[in-house]
Amino acid sequence: MTSSIATHLPAAVAFSTASVPAEGLLSLAWLLVALPLAGAATLLLVGRRADAWGHWLGVLASAASFLVGFAMFIALLGRPADDRIVNLHLFDWIPAGNLNVEAGLQIDPLSLTFVLLVTFVGTLIHIYSVAYMEHDVDRRRFFAYLNLFVAAMLVLVLADSYLLLFVGWEGVGLVSYLLIGFWFQSTANAVAAKKAFIANRIGDLGLLIALMLMFATYGAVDFTTVLGGVDGVSQGTLTAIGLMLLLAACGKSAQFPLQSWLGDAMAGPTPVSALIHAATMVTAGVYLIVRSGPIFDGAPDAQLVVVIVGAITLIFGAIIGCAKDDIKKALAASTMSQIGYMILAAGLGPIGYALAIFHLVTHGFFKAGLFLGAGSVMHGMGDQVNMRQFGALRTYMKATYITFAFGWLAILGVPPFSGFWSKDKIIEAAFVGEGWRPWVFGTVALLGAGLTAFYMSRVFFMTFFGAKRWNDGHKTRPGTALSKQPVQHPHESPRLMVWPMIVLAIGSAALGGLLSIGNVFQTWLEPVTGHVEEHEPVLAVWLIMTLTLALVAAGLWLAYVQYAKAPVPVVVPVGSVLTRAARKDLYQDDVNDALLVEPGKYLTRSLVYGDRQVVDGAVGGLGHIMVRLGEVVRRSQTGYVRSYAAMMTVGLVALVAVVLATRI
Amino acid sequence: MSLTNYLVLASLLFAIGASTVLLRRNAIVVFMGVELMLNATNLLLVTFARMHGDLSGQVIAFFVMVVAAAEVVIGLAIIVQIFRTRRSASVDDVNLLKS
Repeated sequence: MTSSIATHLPAAVAFSTASVPAEGLLSLAWLLVALPLAGAATLLLVGRRADAWGHWLGVLASAASFLVGFAMFIALLGRPADDRIVNLHLFDWIPAGNLNVEAGLQIDPLSLTFVLLVTFVGTLIHIYSVAYMEHDVDRRRFFAYLNLFVAAMLVLVLADSYLLLFVGWEGVGLVSYLLIGFWFQSTANAVAAKKAFIANRIGDLGLLIALMLMFATYGAVDFTTVLGGVDGVSQGTLTAIGLMLLLAACGKSAQFPLQSWLGDAMAGPTPVSALIHAATMVTAGVYLIVRSGPIFDGAPDAQLVVVIVGAITLIFGAIIGCAKDDIKKALAASTMSQIGYMILAAGLGPIGYALAIFHLVTHGFFKAGLFLGAGSVMHGMGDQVNMRQFGALRTYMKATYITFAFGWLAILGVPPFSGFWSKDKIIEAAFVGEGWRPWVFGTVALLGAGLTAFYMSRVFFMTFFGAKRWNDGHKTRPGTALSKQPVQHPHESPRLMVWPMIVLAIGSAALGGLLSIGNVFQTWLEPVTGHVEEHEPVLAVWLIMTLTLALVAAGLWLAYVQYAKAPVPVVVPVGSVLTRAARKDLYQDDVNDALLVEPGKYLTRSLVYGDRQVVDGAVGGLGHIMVRLGEVVRRSQTGYVRSYAAMMTVGLVALVAVVLATRI
Repeated sequence: MSLTNYLVLASLLFAIGASTVLLRRNAIVVFMGVELMLNATNLLLVTFARMHGDLSGQVIAFFVMVVAAAEVVIGLAIIVQIFRTRRSASVDDVNLLKS
């Protein structure tokens, strides 16, 4: 389908719209990054003295950044569409011979969309965390990291060159490590943080290689040169760069085959999961691919790989989500699957870029809402995450129930909730094209919608519907398995936690519809993603929509029958082969262990052995010989002046004798 | 007088000086041995200067004397100092470098 689209849209795609230098309000864009960065620095440097007020400083820094971003948005709206790509030069960063990198920010509709999403959702999560982390002694450190996370993500999306983007990319990776391992006192959490970091490193390697390829090809790494000069570059080079960028995106966005870290990343506090999944981390891969659109447009092979990766991850995540009993891990699997949708859309070429970002924005709202809801449930249930021990919570936590329901309906794609507008468009776009591709990818996207409906409804019904499966202290029969559980007193969370959830729920309900009126979101992104004509899918639009809704309804009904009508067993049933595989993340960890970890360990062990025996043996042996030699020679040093004099005399006589002997 | 006589005398003097240095323990006596060796060399220098009718050998002998005089001054000062601190003039007692 990529090639057919390319013929439809020759050079009409206005990617390389000339950028204009920043002036007036827009030249203050550096404040976007500086504010949260200053917040993080203050909180980390002032230390324990800031414990009393540090969290509010963190909220303030994030909120101020949002306000600056909103002002930028207004300023950008005031310009004609062609002038909306603004560059702000900050300083000469690396003036090194051929490579001359300037640090600068690019403010355009795409980066500003991210800025608004990251700072708005980020601020809500900050506020939520004030209450959620209230009893944690390290709350100040937590807020410092949150601010740093926002700052790193803003560097990533605002950078005007791939190198500065890489700085933000690494920053995001580092902070995710710090936050996933926030409760590092438990080994499992520290291991999860390490796993996320290492999986990300593999992706980072891809970005590094892409950077080197760009420098070798263009002699520069800034967006204007690289993306504007695509025409003069061979398709092979573009494919190589594209594939490396995809590897980077796979690491950061938890796409197949680098997705294994995402489930374990649930070890962090719940607001961190919300932040990672909605705004600051896994979205970076989608951003990278959409930003690098011209490269992928010039490399149809790489584009096809992007779509395949997206399609695999979409189904992969959905299957895993169907079997997880841990509420956070089920949500993590759903993120994997939804990001799969976005990557798939981004791989479809120009028709998909705006849709990928659109779904990213709506997903940011409902996924953040769902995670904050899950955090609220955990808050009320004594940090229990096993959904088999929830049930009937809707009467105990009304606000959480209602806001979670909004997020649930949105992710299902039930009209008129946000997810319907974005996901349905992606499914439609997946059906556009010629040959086998629309049929395969369209079907996958369609099936994904049904699976999503099933596993998200499963989460929803297991948590809020059905019978109580927790120990409420008085009605539980003594001696049963239930009575051995700690007594739960489910209660609604404090207001500071509920309000952010309500705001996100409103976003989940209305944002998608509002932004779809007259295609306002696509028009807004056009200066970056290019203008796209309408395309006819291989199936009629109404048929696709009906099929999608029918599958969603089927998934929902199935989950209702299984998890709301029928009793849910507290003890995990054995399940089918597929269920057991899905519980173990489809054996991804085992595959990684067998293919990479064990050979790696073996290699390390043999290297250690070689080092001990060969290198240490040689060095140590030489030293040993020298010691022995020294012991022998030392004997001649008696310390008596006369013996030295005797030696000199003997030596002199010997010398004279030799001289004389040679003369004669 | 033949050259051989001078050479034998100088060699004898040098051998006596060298044995004194190597065998005696008293620092003063060792010093005297050194002086003996220097004077044996001086004797040879003067002898050869005379034989060749060249004055440079005698000039060098003067240099040796001057240097020897300076050396005696410093050497005796050191010996006196060692004697004062260690109450001994034996060269075998001065073996601190060994340990």
